[in-house]
Amino acid sequence: MIACEICVIGGGPAGLMAALHAASLGASVVIIDRNDYLGGQLIKQTHRFFGSKEQRASERGVNISRELSFAVEEEENIKVLTAATALGYYKDGVVTVEKDERFLKIKPQKIIVATGGAEKTLPFPNNDLPGVYGAGAVQTLVNVYGVKPGQRVLMVGAGNIGVIVSYQLLQAGVEVAGIVEAAPRIGAYWVHAAKVVRAGVPIYTRHTIKGAWGEKEVEGATTVELDDQWRPIPGTEKDFDVDVICLSVGLSPLTEILWQAGCAMKYVPELSGYVPLRNVDMETSVPGIYIAGDAGGIEEASAAMMEGALAGLSAARALGYSASDFNSRRANILRELENLRSGPVGEKIRKGLKKVTLIERQEFRVLPLSSNF
Amino acid sequence: MLAENGVPTIEDLAQVLPAPERLARGPVAIAECFQEIPCDPCYHSCLRRAIAPFADINERPRIDHEKCNGCGLCVNRCPGLAIFVVDQTYSDSEALVKLPYEFLPLPKPGDIVSAINRSGAAVGEARVVKVQSGKQMDGTNIVWLAVPQDLSMEVRHFKMEEVR
Ligand SMILES: Cc1cc2nc3c(=O)[nH]c(=O)nc-3n(C[C@H](O)[C@H](O)[C@H](O)COP(=O)(O)OP(=O)(O)OC[C@H]3O[C@@H](n4cnc5c(N)ncnc54)[C@H](O)[C@@H]3O)c2cc1C
Ligand code: SF4
Ligand code: SF4
Repeated sequence: MIACEICVIGGGPAGLMAALHAASLGASVVIIDRNDYLGGQLIKQTHRFFGSKEQRASERGVNISRELSFAVEEEENIKVLTAATALGYYKDGVVTVEKDERFLKIKPQKIIVATGGAEKTLPFPNNDLPGVYGAGAVQTLVNVYGVKPGQRVLMVGAGNIGVIVSYQLLQAGVEVAGIVEAAPRIGAYWVHAAKVVRAGVPIYTRHTIKGAWGEKEVEGATTVELDDQWRPIPGTEKDFDVDVICLSVGLSPLTEILWQAGCAMKYVPELSGYVPLRNVDMETSVPGIYIAGDAGGIEEASAAMMEGALAGLSAARALGYSASDFNSRRANILRELENLRSGPVGEKIRKGLKKVTLIERQEFRVLPLSSNF
Repeated sequence: MLAENGVPTIEDLAQVLPAPERLARGPVAIAECFQEIPCDPCYHSCLRRAIAPFADINERPRIDHEKCNGCGLCVNRCPGLAIFVVDQTYSDSEALVKLPYEFLPLPKPGDIVSAINRSGAAVGEARVVKVQSGKQMDGTNIVWLAVPQDLSMEVRHFKMEEVR
């Protein structure tokens, strides 16, 4: 049995920031990730990020991941277990983990769940043909392993992921025949959309994929236009000669561990699925279990990092650790988060968070400093 | 329309283009960034303070074209690759368009490439004048294209397959 003060499950941007902030107050942290590297989704993000200076805007995700992972490795209060999958949470507070075909038990005093999201898929005829990929898989192939998934791709979904993965495919020398999007508007940031369009990739809003064809693998796809009620308009079918169909139709939060722990969960479409109720300090309804990043609602790395920082500070604070600048650090993080979500594109997130945040108004509440400080 | 097909309209562009008198005086930046998103590196990159401070991070960039000297620092830092520098004083017949470029191989000065507009269509030819690249550019290179004067507000990308 490994005893520790804080166990962070998931080593993406949320988990890494959580570990760094908790450790900076003096807490001892074990961070586990099922991948054999730290960084989560960031390792595949070769594009420059949006956000503010504090969240390293304009840096490339892959470089942010490198920096954070390095800082974590350097921090002596943090122990890293990679290629380690959290399997379950038990009533007595034990987290079970599979690593190197061995079964480990960890007994932390606080848990921060930062497991990220899982890709959604889409039903259509022949979607089981080889050549139909999730966007995350394509990104991993191209940007982590340097393997082209095929010659010519049809992208389904014009959110940030569909558009950015299309761009990265072009950079890798793969043709992108087009991006189809069922909604009437492009979900991705328009600057991203504009850059793939001028690079020669048409975006078809109000279009969806009707089916894939091919004998043993994808040989093409048929798309169809949709009317205002999202019904296919007969006669508007278009054939695309492609060998890859890439699905980028959203992520849903990965929350199994929270269900097992008995956290109060709620289905919130704006946050892309079932997510735990939490207070402003990221603690769920089960005392001592915190949430951060996409696992608490699909958003962005910038927000995931700030939520991680907040969860890390809160968990360490609850163990009795503090620092003279604790209140100002916490207030800064809350302000950053509010800022990030304040614009029109943050409206959906704001609406979603209202439904699951136990203290409604995110006031910058000042915590009393502990007596031992 | 931008939200439907990713191509800004003439009306969109009219909001961000410098005045003709300013264009007649030399290189100037144009931020083709039309949506309120949580992003502000352009503001932080401009040493001349030609980009107005953001009251909040979601604000759209506003370039004071009088203060801007077209140095291109913001072109390199914009994660949306949405900023371009146009110099209509390059010669009587040609204008310079400096654009961000993140593809390989990079062109060489003197190459003739196919000039591409915002919809991805070829609109003519362009001559590569200069390629700013190197470690400090962190993968976002800036390519200077000489294009016919009347295409300076059309050309925003190029393709090398037509290199001659
Ligand atoms: C194509 C694409 C483009 C993006 N572009 C941007 C962008 O420009 N700007 C931006 O801010 N964001 C962007 N994002 C979003 C950003 O990558 C995510 O929001 C962010 O990575 C979420 O961080 P996270 O730490 O919550 O989750 P993740 O990064 O998903 O990390 C979760 C980690 O948990 C691990 N894990 C899960 N379950 C277990 C388990 N049971 N046991 C052990 N480990 C587990 C996973 O292996 C993973 O490493 C993009 C995402 C994609 C896919
Ligand atoms: S080109 Fe230079 S001076 Fe002009 S806005 Fe950009 S950074 Fe500022
Ligand atoms: S950096 Fe680029 S995308 Fe971001 S606000 Fe400025 S112009 Fe827009």
